[in-house]
Amino acid sequence: MLTLEKLIEFIAEQLDKDAAEINADTTLESLGIDSLGTVELVMNLEDVIGMEIELDEKLQTVGEFCAFVQKKQQEQA
Amino acid sequence: MLKTAICSLLGLEYPVLQGGMAWVSEAKLAAAVSNGGGLGIISAMNADAAYLRQQIHLARSLTARPFGVNVMLLSPNVEEVAAVCAEEKVPVITTGAGNPARYMEQWNAAGSKVIPVVASVALAKLAARHGAAAVIAEGGESGGHIGELSTFCLVPQVKDAVSIPVIAAGGIADGRGLAAALMLGADGVQLGTAFLVAEECPIHQNYKNRVLKAGDTDTIVTGRRLGHPVRSLKNAFSRQYAQLEYSEISNAELDAQAVGRLRLAAVEGDEKQGCLLAGQCAGLVKEEAPAAAILQRICTDAETLLGNAGRWLG
Repeated sequence: MLTLEKLIEFIAEQLDKDAAEINADTTLESLGIDSLGTVELVMNLEDVIGMEIELDEKLQTVGEFCAFVQKKQQEQA
Repeated sequence: MLKTAICSLLGLEYPVLQGGMAWVSEAKLAAAVSNGGGLGIISAMNADAAYLRQQIHLARSLTARPFGVNVMLLSPNVEEVAAVCAEEKVPVITTGAGNPARYMEQWNAAGSKVIPVVASVALAKLAARHGAAAVIAEGGESGGHIGELSTFCLVPQVKDAVSIPVIAAGGIADGRGLAAALMLGADGVQLGTAFLVAEECPIHQNYKNRVLKAGDTDTIVTGRRLGHPVRSLKNAFSRQYAQLEYSEISNAELDAQAVGRLRLAAVEGDEKQGCLLAGQCAGLVKEEAPAAAILQRICTDAETLLGNAGRWLG
């Protein structure tokens, strides 16, 4: 199951950012992630967690992103 | 005779699509391209369901061959336009400016072949996952909304990533581009700029003349600051807009500058203050001709090139 900590670490690595600067309320927009960037991020995350994620919701913050992925993981369990 | 997987998939004589372009690709041009053996595509642009339905019916009265509709995913009317496409059982639906996943189920259920325009491998994979019949990998050489990669680099990477047919777009205007696209792994091509000067294309003659006169360095990309880069011919409007992007002007004011500019060029013929969308290949577009003749010339030239390719093999 994905944790907020793991997701932050993943995003920080993807974007060459400091994980300490990212928290649950950080918006994807402030990280420079537009809609195409979100698709890329999700695709790369799929390789890490080993399952496909259908991006069928609008996600604004890192916290929302984490909750969304966790929901998908539970659905597929 | 040039025959590829796209010809059999879409029922075409030539593996050539005419891109959906706002204010440009109306039913008359689309029908001319389809009658000429390619796939003509009507642009739904930002218009409503009534407009699209009228265009679809007009196209059907002008051609018995397959044609397509391009759905602009940023349109305020996208929901009703998507529904019309399904109701009218449009043979082919292409999509631009976004991710079409949420509409694909209804379109596939209606029997339409959905071919999203993609600017990255990730979007191509997503399209394939949702049942796309093919993808159009469009490089930044194209006119209008552009992606970051060049056609040369994008097409082979997309080809490696998906097993559905790949159509190359961006920078193709003659037989050399078509032949090269096939070498890169594409099964067909989509052309936009080349059809701007088709006789059946309804844009103002001033716009056509600017395309005919254009050279290799005559396009400019604007809109990067707002996240929606767009390629057009250099003119007073685009040069001024490019300067404004670097100024203190607000995003909202910058956005407002661009409103109605394409219509100004295409319909009113204002070549100075309109936005003349066109690709880098405008420099290769030298003469007006019927759409059918454009198709024939491009494919015949590509066949000749491919037929002679053995000369490099010693």
